[in-house]
Order: sequence, then C-alpha cells, then structure tokens
Amino acid sequence: MADHTGGRKTFRLLLALLLSFLAAGLALAVLALPDRGPGLAAMVAAHLADSGVSNPVTAVLLNFRGYDTLLEMGVLLLALVGTWSLAGEGYPREPLAGPVLDLLVRLLVPLMILVAGYLLWIGAHAPGGAFQAGSVLGAAGVLLILAGRHPGGPLAGAALRVALAAGLVVFLLVALAAPPAGRYLLQYPPGSAGGLILLIETAATLSIGCTLAALFLGKRPATTVPKP
Amino acid sequence: MSSPVLFALVGTGLFTIGLYALIVHAHLLRRILAINVMGNGVFLVLAAPAGRGPDAWDPVPHAMVITGIVVAVSATALALALLLRLVAATGRTNLPEDPSG
Repeated sequence: MADHTGGRKTFRLLLALLLSFLAAGLALAVLALPDRGPGLAAMVAAHLADSGVSNPVTAVLLNFRGYDTLLEMGVLLLALVGTWSLAGEGYPREPLAGPVLDLLVRLLVPLMILVAGYLLWIGAHAPGGAFQAGSVLGAAGVLLILAGRHPGGPLAGAALRVALAAGLVVFLLVALAAPPAGRYLLQYPPGSAGGLILLIETAATLSIGCTLAALFLGKRPATTVPKP
Repeated sequence: MSSPVLFALVGTGLFTIGLYALIVHAHLLRRILAINVMGNGVFLVLAAPAGRGPDAWDPVPHAMVITGIVVAVSATALALALLLRLVAATGRTNLPEDPSG
C-alpha cells in the first residue's frame, strides 16, 4: 500500500513538472503575440451600417457569422436529444419546499421574463441579444423546476417540442429563403436585415430558455399531471 | 504587462490546472469540472487579446466566445446526464479502468 501511494505521488510530481513545461510554452506563445493586432474591428465597423443592428457583437453573431449561430442552435438541440435519449431519471430530488422559495419564485420568475425580453430587445444596440436573454429564461425555468412548479400536462408535450425547435427552424427557414431569391445562403435581403434578426432572435430566445431548463430537468417532463 | 496579456496568461494557467485535474482525478464529476475549467481558460485566451486593437476592440472573438460558452454548457449538460446514467447503471462514479479514489 505504501508503495502504491509513493508511486502515485511520483506520478503526480512528474505530471506537474511536465505540465509546467506546457504552461511555459503556452505563456511564451501568448507573450509572443504582437502588441497591436490588426483584428477585424475595422472590417466590422465598416459594414456595421448594412448589418441591420448597431451592436457589433450582435451583428457578428447574427449576420456576419450567422452560420456559426445556426449550427450552435443545432448543437443545443442535439444535446437535449442526447439527454432525453438516455431515458434517465434525471437528478432524483424532491421539490424544495418552503415559503421562501415559493415567494422568490412568485417574485423572480415574472421579473426574469421581463429582463429576458428587455435583453432581447436591447441586443440590437447594446450588449444583449438572444443568448443572454435565453440564459435568463433558462434560469427562470431552473428556478421553477427547483420549486416543483414547472408546467406539466399538455404544455409539456407538443407545445414544449415546438418551443424547443422554434429557434433552429426559424433560423433555417430564413437561411433557406435566400437561395431561391438569388442570394447566398443566409444572406438577408438588404433593408430588412434588422427585422429578420429580431425575428430569429425571438425564436432563439424561446428555444434557448426551454432547452436549458429541459437540460436541467434531465428527463422528459411528464405530460400527464398526477391527480392530486 | 497590459491587461489583455495578463488575462491571456491567466487563461493558459487555468488550462494547465484543468488539464492536471483532468488527468489526476478519477471521479467523473471532477473530470467534467476540470474540462469546464480548461474551457474557461481557452475562452480567456481567445477573448482577452481582442482588446489589443489601437482604437476599438475586436467583436469577432467576443461572438466566438459567446458561441463557445453555449456549446460548453450543452456539452456539460450531456456529460452530466451520461454520468447520472452511468451511476444508475453501474453504481460507480469512475470509469472501470480507473482505480477508485
């Protein structure tokens, strides 16, 4: 037993030594970066007026690099499909009881929905957007699940699936509507880019919030409400 | 040392610490956490140098990191679901080839 422990100590020491070499190499690589990189800030600023929004990060996410965001919606859905296909029981927990949680849920969840809507709207010209709003919605869903008040019954059946798929489907429809009109895939028609971005972001917010909450639940929500 | 470079160095440090924890620990939950720490290090290395520009900051790495965070959250959720299923099926929290503890 002592040999085994000694061997493990040596292994950890050796590993730490090797990894310190790795850390030194990475640090050298970082320090070798030029002080002033050209970056893409100038290119983004030059085309920002045509992008439909005035926040550069939202323009990059939803317009210039919209393809990445489209695939990201697919990744979220794929993670949920994978989790549901495991047919697990989720994390076994009783809903936390107590008046404090009840009051918090009643106060916070409507406020969080409001904040999510605000973040979604403000994303066009200030930090915000679909993912930020979707995260707040997901957090509201997590709070509901912890308190045992997540909507079950008919809302957890087809309506939930529609909400989960809405982001990806809307984005795909907008993307695929461009080639028949003679444009590239995902090329928004000039002038309506802002409206289309808002439409995509709204659907994406709903999807992201529902996906995050469903991932926290871990199992398929019960579609039949148990009789009291 | 300017703050973009400092944050990038912190990112490489996080990556290395996470890698050490990933290799050393056998408990799967610790490994998932270690991967998350490594991911955060990578995000720092990606986003911090975006502030080096002469005038404006570069928004493209910021958007990439937002995408990366969402993907990391999804992957962590799937990994945790797999871990729960493994525990329910076999009753152990580490892979068969790792000694417990």
